[in-house]
Amino acid sequence: MLRRLHHEQPESFAFTEANQAWAEAQLTKYPEGRQASAVIPLLWRAQEQEGWVSKPAIEHIADMLDMAYIRVLEVTSFYFMFQMKPVGSVAHIQVCGTLSCMICGAEDLIKVCQDKIASKAHALSADGKFSWEEVECLGSCSNAPMVQIGKDYYEDLTTETFAAILDDLAAGKVPTPGPQNGRYAAEPLSGLTSLKDHEAGKHKLNASAQLADDIGDTIKRIDGTEVPLLTPWQGGAASSAKVPAETPRPKSAVQQAEAKADDLTKIKGVGPKAAEAIAEAGITSFAQIAGWSDEDVAWADENIKGAKGKASRDDWRAQAKALSEG
Amino acid sequence: MSDLRKIIIDDQEIEVDGAMTLIQACELAQTEVPRFCYHERLSIAGNCRMCLVEVVGGPPKPAASCAMQVRDLRPGPNGEPPVVKTNSPMVKKAREGVMEFMLINHPLDCPICDQGGECDLQDQAMAYGISDTRFNEGKRAVDDLNLGPLVSTAMTRCISCTRCVRFTSEVAGINQMGQTGRGEDAEITSYLNETLDSNLQGNIIDLCPVGALTSKPYAFTARPWELTKTESIDVMDALGSNIRVDTKGREVKRFVPRNHDGVNEEWISDKTRFVWDGLRRQRLDTPYIRENGKLRKATWAEALKAAAEAMNGKKVAGLVGDLAPVEAAFALKQMIEGQGGNVECRVDGAKLPAGNRSAYVGTTSIEDIDAAKVIYLIGSNPRDEAPVLNARIRKAWINGAEVKLIGEAVDLTYDYELVGPGRASVEKAISSATKTEGAVVIVGQGALTEVDGEAVLGQAMALTTALGGSMLVLHTAAGRVGAMDVNATTDGGIDATLAEAEVVYNLGADEIAMPEGAFVIYQGSHGDNGAHRSDVILPAAAYTEENGLFVNTEGRPQLALRAAFPPGEAKENWAILRALSANLGSALEYDSLAQLRQALVATVPHLAQIDQVVANDWQALPATTLEKAKFKNAVADFYLTNPIARASSLMAELSANAKSRGATKVAAE
Repeated sequence: MLRRLHHEQPESFAFTEANQAWAEAQLTKYPEGRQASAVIPLLWRAQEQEGWVSKPAIEHIADMLDMAYIRVLEVTSFYFMFQMKPVGSVAHIQVCGTLSCMICGAEDLIKVCQDKIASKAHALSADGKFSWEEVECLGSCSNAPMVQIGKDYYEDLTTETFAAILDDLAAGKVPTPGPQNGRYAAEPLSGLTSLKDHEAGKHKLNASAQLADDIGDTIKRIDGTEVPLLTPWQGGAASSAKVPAETPRPKSAVQQAEAKADDLTKIKGVGPKAAEAIAEAGITSFAQIAGWSDEDVAWADENIKGAKGKASRDDWRAQAKALSEG
Repeated sequence: MSDLRKIIIDDQEIEVDGAMTLIQACELAQTEVPRFCYHERLSIAGNCRMCLVEVVGGPPKPAASCAMQVRDLRPGPNGEPPVVKTNSPMVKKAREGVMEFMLINHPLDCPICDQGGECDLQDQAMAYGISDTRFNEGKRAVDDLNLGPLVSTAMTRCISCTRCVRFTSEVAGINQMGQTGRGEDAEITSYLNETLDSNLQGNIIDLCPVGALTSKPYAFTARPWELTKTESIDVMDALGSNIRVDTKGREVKRFVPRNHDGVNEEWISDKTRFVWDGLRRQRLDTPYIRENGKLRKATWAEALKAAAEAMNGKKVAGLVGDLAPVEAAFALKQMIEGQGGNVECRVDGAKLPAGNRSAYVGTTSIEDIDAAKVIYLIGSNPRDEAPVLNARIRKAWINGAEVKLIGEAVDLTYDYELVGPGRASVEKAISSATKTEGAVVIVGQGALTEVDGEAVLGQAMALTTALGGSMLVLHTAAGRVGAMDVNATTDGGIDATLAEAEVVYNLGADEIAMPEGAFVIYQGSHGDNGAHRSDVILPAAAYTEENGLFVNTEGRPQLALRAAFPPGEAKENWAILRALSANLGSALEYDSLAQLRQALVATVPHLAQIDQVVANDWQALPATTLEKAKFKNAVADFYLTNPIARASSLMAELSANAKSRGATKVAAE
């Protein structure tokens, strides 16, 4: 499929505030100078936000990553998962057309798309609400035929159930994802033959469908508010991860500042880097560590760079005690 | 450090560096491996699959020899060296298969393709392909690109080797070309169909292994086997790029680069490559004499007589132009000084100190730039003054060298630290300079042409000493170093030379104004500024039309060979001077170019060391105080620096394009 920039492009592109924060957080995942590695996540987020990847989006992301525009265009045009044309404002239907689905009737689903949406893939429906394409195997072969809408699978479709889903979407409803023929997940059509113990106490829907159902509006564009930032290394900036509040450093540091300096790296678990970090906190001798309280150990577990959790795991206190006594 | 590995290639055991790729090892073993995408000066792509070889004992499939290192091969069970085969049945089958795939979408338009006769695909299809195809479907169609007036495209012929993409982004330093899409729909494009903004873009014509990118000006004019090839030297900039001049009959049809690791690697600038239409226009093909204010055609006898009469007993100033070969400068100096006159080659006013070769050439060679760690550019924009040299600085920068610029802030295609715009920054740099390994100071002509030029040069030398590095004076004129070597200079420079002159003998200096009232004899190839302001015109050969010696900016003497004959009655430069000297009654003592060269070498021995960079003793100039001014770069318009380029309509078009491109940029900002 020849993929080029769409002939009609929006004026500009900007991430929503939350998505922008998310995108900037992605950059910190890579070493300095390797920010270009974030190009695919950023393009994907831009697509989740807008539905497709436009030229302004490409240029915006290239500028963020200090890449040449053409390099980002190369990536965008290489991966078919990136839509380079506008998609339906409500939903973009991805019909799996690979073997199992094809045998089980994917071609009929495509006919439904052609009737109800547009005669050609990647074209918008007359009302602009829908578009469709045929994609390669989505890995749901036991539930063939199936389509993917947004992030959700609608499985075990027939032309009727599929058409009903499209009608629901057009009417502004959000159909429940998952198997559409009453199956729970990928078990045999005639019901479970083994592992029946797990029948009891299960959710109403299978895990992925349940998650989609819980979230509710699964086909809305991702504006960044629904997924928490998961970059704990950024410290307080991270919104969801548990970052321990700065605990005051061990009292022993203040009390025994005049103590003589020992070679802290003799303690198992303390490397040169960790020793430096400990020394920065004012702790230079075994005696000081030997006198740590439980809080101090917890402090060291959290705050000594390069030795997270080692203070309690390797029991520095006991080691230091032994060392300080010679 | 070196990690030598034994390897057996086609039953021949050799020992090579482990970091080498198999294709390089095969080359050392004198085994030819066909390739399309691999190019030794570009990064490795490994996407054409033509260089497949069999690695015995490795995975049971052919390996791409361009992308596999010798050290990655495993030895045999008893420690025998790894075995690589390039002539096994597996390799033959693999090559045939790859070739068949290449040809699936390649059009059968060889009869109308300019690459025909020098096409890698053609040659390799003959050598490694099969004569038939099993593909009966339609071939793909691809839109052509508009890359500007230099490179014409026929993208159906493209085999997606991406050499052009790699060259433009790695060597030329522009990020416009790329390969979009994938599979059958992969296409080489420039972003938003922009034309290429580089003065090295012509090289992608040579790099393209097929006829997808060909020369637009040369289109459909000749076949490679009809051309007479002459190996020569370029004079468009002072780098002295090694070129091959291709002629058909008496016309120069094109210039292509020759490989020279020490000078131009295998690149040439667009001016070098495409200036040939300037060799046909505005040519002086007969002598002229000014009578009653108008130039009229004359015979050689008349013109020489008129020139000799004008010069006789007068104060004569001889000017050596930018494109003059050493022989002409030497003959002019002998003739004029024999008449009691003065000669001067520093016509742009550069304050280059005569006799001090370490100051007017420098002490570094161009090849040393590769290993440089810190590069200072003083009053220079190498992208315009010597684009190929700029590509080399870029290479050093990619390998980690720091570039510091003192002068106008310009786009050099790589990042640099702007120390400052003017002379104060040189002093600042000296005061903060410490001994640095691999420091190179490059001084541009823009820094040396103003009144305090010699002081700037002295300070640049002081900076070089402070850094413990070496210096390169980047000239803009191809003939300058040679003329300096024969000492075609006068105390006081160009102003002193012209001040008292009653007669000016102008050997192709078109960039400066002649003094009022002086009688001007112009000897040159093109009807440019110099010829307009002259009283006698003696038509001479251009650089492709005579044998000549040129010394490049690093001080490397190189021989340019005659590829064509001068038009009409134009003569070789040295011969005109020899004939005129006879009319003056004091004939120069040589009757052939060989004799002239003997006399030349007797006077300036190092010029006999062809293609060697002669080491210069460091004679530091006094570091005197500088004026308070900013540096201006020497080249205002890259495409129009000399009479040949100014006569070229293509250069005029490129110059206009560059200007409009610059104008839109300003408007957008």
